[in-house]
Amino acid sequence: MADGPIVIVGASLAGLSAARTIRRADDNVPIVLIGDEPHYPYDRPPLSKGFLAGTTPEEKLRLRAAADPDELGVEWRLGTAAVGLDVAQRTITVKASIAGGSASTDGSASTDGSASFGDSASTKKSASTGNAEAIEFAGLIIATGARPRQLPGSNLQGVHVLRSLDDARALKTALDDGPSRIVVIGAGFIGAEVAATAREAGHDVTIVEAAGAPLARVLDTDAGMAIADLHREHGVDVRLGVGVSALQSDTVLDDPAVSAVALDDGSLIECDIVVVGIGVIPNTDWLEGSGLTIDNGIVCDDTCVAIGSDPEHPVVAAGDVARWDHHRYGQVRVEQWDNGVEQGAYAGTRVLAALNGEPSPDPYGPVPWFWSDQYDRKIQLAGMPGPTTELIHGDIAERKFVQLYLDSDGEAVGVLAWNRPRHAIQARQFLADGATADEIRTALA
Amino acid sequence: MKVIVDFDLCESNAICMAAAPEVFEVRDDDFLYVLNENPGAELHDKVREAVERCPKQAITLED
Repeated sequence: MADGPIVIVGASLAGLSAARTIRRADDNVPIVLIGDEPHYPYDRPPLSKGFLAGTTPEEKLRLRAAADPDELGVEWRLGTAAVGLDVAQRTITVKASIAGGSASTDGSASTDGSASFGDSASTKKSASTGNAEAIEFAGLIIATGARPRQLPGSNLQGVHVLRSLDDARALKTALDDGPSRIVVIGAGFIGAEVAATAREAGHDVTIVEAAGAPLARVLDTDAGMAIADLHREHGVDVRLGVGVSALQSDTVLDDPAVSAVALDDGSLIECDIVVVGIGVIPNTDWLEGSGLTIDNGIVCDDTCVAIGSDPEHPVVAAGDVARWDHHRYGQVRVEQWDNGVEQGAYAGTRVLAALNGEPSPDPYGPVPWFWSDQYDRKIQLAGMPGPTTELIHGDIAERKFVQLYLDSDGEAVGVLAWNRPRHAIQARQFLADGATADEIRTALA
Repeated sequence: MKVIVDFDLCESNAICMAAAPEVFEVRDDDFLYVLNENPGAELHDKVREAVERCPKQAITLED
């Protein structure tokens, strides 16, 4: 084993999964887990659903593997942002990411000091100075995730994005303030889930989507329009095929608030709150000049090792920030919960193998899987969307159905299931086993 | 090992069924059924995987 710790940058789902995997395989190797947020790792999917709705309290968000942070056996460096990487010197540079310089200034009230949700006591040493600090590593795992895309005007009061706990706290505070007029920009999964949650809480909600149907990256037009209908039935105003030209504020103040969203068809939607859900950007800015290849994520080989890193002391990427060579789907970057767990675990195994001089594990090539909940509907996709869809079970109008995605050769690449979770999971296994389209049709019909 | 599912949390994502079909089954009614609350030692690794992969963290184990 080489000198120095395994450093993991990114203390969310993928980074935590990597840490847990390494610690299980090796009791002794030092692990440093760096996170730019002040919070211990928490689960993001409830942020747009149960947390916003108030049914999932904040103390239930902590990821279970971090339930007892000391038990994991890592050096926690929360409230600390990585700002540079030198592959040749095997060092990363970090800085305190929080104003005031201490990670333990999280303002959240804690009802129980011993189990406080966000505070980290172990990061004061590095975070107190605000100065840059170099950390040497034997192996590095990068799981820095992604951040929301913004629109011009996003500095206005009342304009929100939803990615982090702090984002969700701010949006929840605004929603809890009383009935509001809300415009959700972007009918992707985050936008659609926030719209559903806000509508169920009694707010007046409009969705604006530039594409002709919701979730156009994933769903075909029929399924996308079924999403639009679902929202309309619940009283959401769904505007499709129209872009946003500006976020407006009606007064010139020091701290102006959003008052309306102007659309490029000339219409104006007056509102109190805007939620921007137009996708994410991988957090790779800090890797500029590092020698790694960056192109919509960290470009990796088929074992998630970053192109440009040292094979004996590899830099491995995992989660939303990783773009790797998938044997079946080509270069992919997967922004999904399940992949965060699985790729994080793989990254841990991959780094340990390199440091121990052992052969690399088999290439990382899972069948991706995700879910989304809106109102009482559950949507799941196993595999990847393809250019052609075929209904193989149920009825779209009844919103209980299964669609098969085919590539241009007619091979099965994915299965979409609405309120058919068993089908989705069975389909995932079929896809992993390389089943033919016919086999999947027969089995899931 | 005793398997406990918090059905208030469970959303029938069926990930547990993929990990340990001997223990977990999501049926056509879209509800999860625990087939074996006290799985034998040969199933413990699978059940632990189900616990870790559950996106709702709805499964717990007791010794």
